[in-house]
Amino acid sequence: MKHLLSIEELTVEQLTALLDLTDHMVEINARPVPKVPALRGRTVASVFFEDSTRTRLSFEMAAKRLSADTMTFNVGTSSVNKGESLRDTIETLSAMGVDAFVVRHKSSGVPHMITEWTDASVINAGDGWHQHPTQALLDCHTVTRSFGTGNDLRGRTVAIVGDIKHSRVARSNIRAFTLLGAEVVLVAPRTLLPPEIIDWPVRTVDALDEVVSDVDVLYLLRMQRERMDAALVPSLGEYSARFGLTRQRATRLKPDALVLHPGPMNRGVEIVVDPRELPGSRILDQVRTGVSARMSVLYTVLSGGSVPPTGGAE
Amino acid sequence: MNSFVLRGGTIVNPDGNVEADVVVSGGVIDTVGGTTSDLPVVDATGCYISSGFVDLHTHLREPGKEEAETIETGSRAAARGGYTAVVAMPNTDPAHDAVHVVDFVRARGEQVGLCDVLPSGCITIGRLGQQLVPFAALAKAGVHLFTDDGTGVQDPLLMRRALEYAGQLGVVLAQHCEVARLTEGAVMHEGACCSSLGLPGWPALAEELMLHRDIELVRLTGSPMHFLHLSTARSVEMVRQAKLEGLPITAEVTPHHLSLVDELLTSLDTVFKVNPPLRTRTDIEALKGGVLDGTIDAVATDHAPHSDHAKEQPLDAAPPGMLGLETALAVINTSMGLSPRRIAEVLSWNPARIANVADRHGRPVAVGEPANLAVWDTSSEWVVSRDHFASKSRNTPYDGMTLRGRVHHTVFRGELVVKDGEATK
Amino acid sequence: MAAERRAEVLSAMDVGRALTRVSHEVVERNSGVSTLVLVGMQRGGVWIAEHIARSIAGFEGHVDVPVGSIDVSMYRDDIALRPVVPAAVTDSPVDITGKTVVLVDDVLFTGRTVRAALDALLDHGRPRAVQLAVLVDRGHRELPIRPDFVGKNIPTHVSDEVDASLQGVFVLSAIADIDGGKRVAS
Repeated sequence: MKHLLSIEELTVEQLTALLDLTDHMVEINARPVPKVPALRGRTVASVFFEDSTRTRLSFEMAAKRLSADTMTFNVGTSSVNKGESLRDTIETLSAMGVDAFVVRHKSSGVPHMITEWTDASVINAGDGWHQHPTQALLDCHTVTRSFGTGNDLRGRTVAIVGDIKHSRVARSNIRAFTLLGAEVVLVAPRTLLPPEIIDWPVRTVDALDEVVSDVDVLYLLRMQRERMDAALVPSLGEYSARFGLTRQRATRLKPDALVLHPGPMNRGVEIVVDPRELPGSRILDQVRTGVSARMSVLYTVLSGGSVPPTGGAE
Repeated sequence: MNSFVLRGGTIVNPDGNVEADVVVSGGVIDTVGGTTSDLPVVDATGCYISSGFVDLHTHLREPGKEEAETIETGSRAAARGGYTAVVAMPNTDPAHDAVHVVDFVRARGEQVGLCDVLPSGCITIGRLGQQLVPFAALAKAGVHLFTDDGTGVQDPLLMRRALEYAGQLGVVLAQHCEVARLTEGAVMHEGACCSSLGLPGWPALAEELMLHRDIELVRLTGSPMHFLHLSTARSVEMVRQAKLEGLPITAEVTPHHLSLVDELLTSLDTVFKVNPPLRTRTDIEALKGGVLDGTIDAVATDHAPHSDHAKEQPLDAAPPGMLGLETALAVINTSMGLSPRRIAEVLSWNPARIANVADRHGRPVAVGEPANLAVWDTSSEWVVSRDHFASKSRNTPYDGMTLRGRVHHTVFRGELVVKDGEATK
Repeated sequence: MAAERRAEVLSAMDVGRALTRVSHEVVERNSGVSTLVLVGMQRGGVWIAEHIARSIAGFEGHVDVPVGSIDVSMYRDDIALRPVVPAAVTDSPVDITGKTVVLVDDVLFTGRTVRAALDALLDHGRPRAVQLAVLVDRGHRELPIRPDFVGKNIPTHVSDEVDASLQGVFVLSAIADIDGGKRVAS
């Protein structure tokens, strides 16, 4: 695997291989010295055209734990603000000897475009509303390892709640959870659903109350305040009343149901109850798993040689 | 070469096709059929000879964006595509909202001398949708089509006034149908594909709402209107209905909307970003139906050159538009297989009337007529290469595709400006 | 390889005997088993480590020598040259600090995997000593690494493949190479 651009392009075998490798990284991260020399001499550049401190730090920590060198291209203070094109930026960094780009951009498709301009690996750290594959990977790892049924989510129902339309997390997760066999239910007002999803392997319901007591995983999306200005919901209060995880709804969750959120949370909007009071909350596990999942991705794309070993078994 | 003979071709005329040699001399068609002269011979074997094509929708970019196209490179691209006249869209910088700008564009076109460059005019100053342009002064300067193309005229009151005022002058307003409020940030057609790619959608409704409004304004004012680059099935149906009711409207579609489907955007390649966006197969079939039954009057290229630099931006920032002039004939021939007569109709005869240049373009191929001719075939296959364009830009969506049919020669004012597919100057 | 020859160099019985001998040597060298930890190298060394542990338990009488496993994927120096091998489990049953660790592998070849395993091992703790036990030493070392316990030295051609299991040890050779190739005994 040279790049990781989208969950859509992964087979179930590739997805489960990444999840299994994440287990290995979890073990490394639990060691007294959580660092291995696997990617010594490789350089990983984080190029974030859109601010996301947590994702960037998570990737950088992952790279460092694999002994890669890291560099950060800070768009805020860079030549991009002086009119340098995306292509020139990437070609310049490539010329310095970057082995992998970790790219975040507000526009769908940018990581994909970048692959045309560099020989380095490209890892999508979130593009527009399109994809956020490492988030899906860490979410799937968190969920499957919580259930303890290997990589198999058959018979499980995952409800993804909130702003599906503008969510790269939702697009990656719908695919990833479905690949592992889960049934995915979307819970959102019509204004926050993509315009045409009849081909999607999901069912949609109109209110959280319809499914809250049936689901195995409740995945709450971040409800951005600016959505209210675009007439997508009348008010955050009304959104919260229909789609927020209130204390009352939390009591209706199945006892072993998990609650996830990609962060940062809007307390009082999509999540009203204090997540620390939820036994099924896996929100901090998600963050923890993030580093391991990204190590798994970095290792996979940067170790993907094609020359078979010489000399046979050793 | 002021006199030459086009030998071995088939003339395409409204009254039928006929195999005949055509002698061009002194800027006009001197003889048709039965030549024995010792004039230089231009081979037209296996080709059709029709009046030169007329593009109702060309972005020449000059003045203002000469890194993408100039009047010279655009004229050369037009000539290679078989065009002898192009309507230059007004969204230049400065825009075509004043006489000196349209005078410049026309004069530069004359200087280049590869095709007639017919400047259109804006409807509003600076295409800002606020104040009407000096219609009468521009009409006097030779402008016949007025449009704010690139954006639609949003204000219904302003559009009503423009129709009332301009209609009196005998000129035609051309509308880019797009309710801007419904397409903010849009990158592609709103549908299944944009949903999975997470790209902001451009709903068909945004075109149809404005088309509906303007058909009603035409009904109210009685002034004629031309509809640019219609892209949806419902739009075709609305135009069909309005024409049945006898309203004075005309409509065009582009070669790309007849051939390319929105799913091409799954490549996330900005070359497929265009406005209006590529639509669904259902829309494509409806547009083809409209071209076949005459609901759609003309195929116009919406030739929209953009530099690689501009197209290498992210999808949300990259400008919409694609090249069209040099592939138009081949694209519609490959995707539709129209009769040579219908090709001449939608590429030459009808647009010449809409552009008000039917005195010298879109004429029958007959003795005494001005020699503005295209010589083309519908059978030879060729592979499009973005590196082989006369246009200054390279943003063709057909790169690497095999198309059928090509332009061999173009005659403009009696001069062989394209010979064997290449411009002679 | 167009054609291969598969030659048995150790029978199943030979393998059993060799491992029994190695088990005795391990105990003898370390004057008992009190500080021993056996660590099998993923993947071929794990079953051998377990076999040795059972063997020692048999003749030393109900002593449990801890057995762990170690995966060296993250420590290799040839990552880009090999296909991605899904990393296997690293499992240390006890803290190895202060212990005598016997690294166990099936076939010793260039020594690079052992080098990687030493690095991996040292990330898990600080053993008092590390020893190396292998079922087969096939030569062609590229690093100064020497086994402490060897089941059998087997001369091979560098392009041969060696397949070792409880069913026996087999050498797979390309037929065209057999006579022309240089054989190296260690």
